[in-house]
Amino acid sequence: MCNVAYGAYAIAKNFQIWDLNIGVLYVSAVSSFAVIGILMAGWSSNNKYSLLGAMRSGAQIVSYELSAGLSILTIVILTGSLKVSDIIQSQETGWWLFKGHIPALIAFVIYVIAITAETNRAPFDMAEAESELTAGFHTEYSGMRFAFFFLSEYINIFIACGIGATLFLGGWMPFHIGHWEAFNHIMDFIPSSVWFLGKVFFLIFVIMWFRWTFPRLRIDQLLNLEWKYLLPISLFNLLLMTVVAIMGWYF
Amino acid sequence: MDSSVISFYAISAFLLTFGVMAVTTRKIFRAAIWLLFSLIGIAALYFWMDFQFLAAVQIIVYIGGIVVLIIFSIFLTQMSGKDMPQALTSRKLIALALSLGGFAFIAHFLAHANYHESSGLVDASMPAIGRKLLSVETGGYALPFELISVLLLASMIGCIVIALKKAQEKP
Repeated sequence: MCNVAYGAYAIAKNFQIWDLNIGVLYVSAVSSFAVIGILMAGWSSNNKYSLLGAMRSGAQIVSYELSAGLSILTIVILTGSLKVSDIIQSQETGWWLFKGHIPALIAFVIYVIAITAETNRAPFDMAEAESELTAGFHTEYSGMRFAFFFLSEYINIFIACGIGATLFLGGWMPFHIGHWEAFNHIMDFIPSSVWFLGKVFFLIFVIMWFRWTFPRLRIDQLLNLEWKYLLPISLFNLLLMTVVAIMGWYF
Repeated sequence: MDSSVISFYAISAFLLTFGVMAVTTRKIFRAAIWLLFSLIGIAALYFWMDFQFLAAVQIIVYIGGIVVLIIFSIFLTQMSGKDMPQALTSRKLIALALSLGGFAFIAHFLAHANYHESSGLVDASMPAIGRKLLSVETGGYALPFELISVLLLASMIGCIVIALKKAQEKP
């Protein structure tokens, strides 16, 4: 019923199940299954609220996937490869968030907004807005099935944050600054798995932080935000990053 | 018969089973879901052939995009829980004839194609795919790429024209 399929992760140095050629694309492709599970669940409840929740969530996930994909592409321009190990290796002298400066920063902010919406977290949890739809698509589910929904939701958050950590914050790569050999060496003493999990947990913390900080949006405001602001900004940002990459204006 | 052949037949059986189920079921929503499974089977075949980029694009475009759109349009238009009415016998016969004709055509084409052993080494790295897509030399895909872009632009303009609100007439 729900979606779980993930192998292409580099959790630590030399610790990856399947380092395929198109790692990042693969993960984002597989995570697009989620929406179908939600649509099926909402529809099969035979309940107006559930159907409404499922439709909202479908519209939301499909549209926010665009910005998330575009901000992933912004970093892929810099690395020139979709392979997870190559992307991490290219951040040996510093994470892309710092090396790619302005466009990378814009892409990171857009990515965090987009994954918050894609994983149906507040302030974008229109699919299960409890004050208007009781519980949206999973109103009619209880027990183990309910548990599966939540399991898949939280796994999805972990996956999305894992991609974010790999692309922008260097995966398992310790915090290196250029050619400061001594400093880099000290950083290398912290195990790489600690670095990766620390980065992922930091991103998850940011998303949970959003949840308790911002009030929920309305569905039309949500779609306006994506189509009228985020998508043009990220398209323009992609162009900006291309110029930066061609001119070599990154570190 | 080694494991790769066995997995090829397993994937093909999966694909064909769900393809047949998609056209024989009377509930339209189920048809959409069976279609989804058979598209997953095609993606699995691409993975089997080691064309990972093609497989990922298949998943993104067909499963993340097209099937979701199909499900949406079913929700918005059909009585999706009810059985579809039985099709007319004449239409069934025409459909049968057409599909048999298509099958015969493809079978003929496959039987008479002269295959040659491929070297098995295809450069499927990201930069190679990107260059191939935009190359104008023989074997390049610049023309189809541009054609599809123009087609998509046209359909986008069409969508916007349809979705435009007409100006309210003042009473």
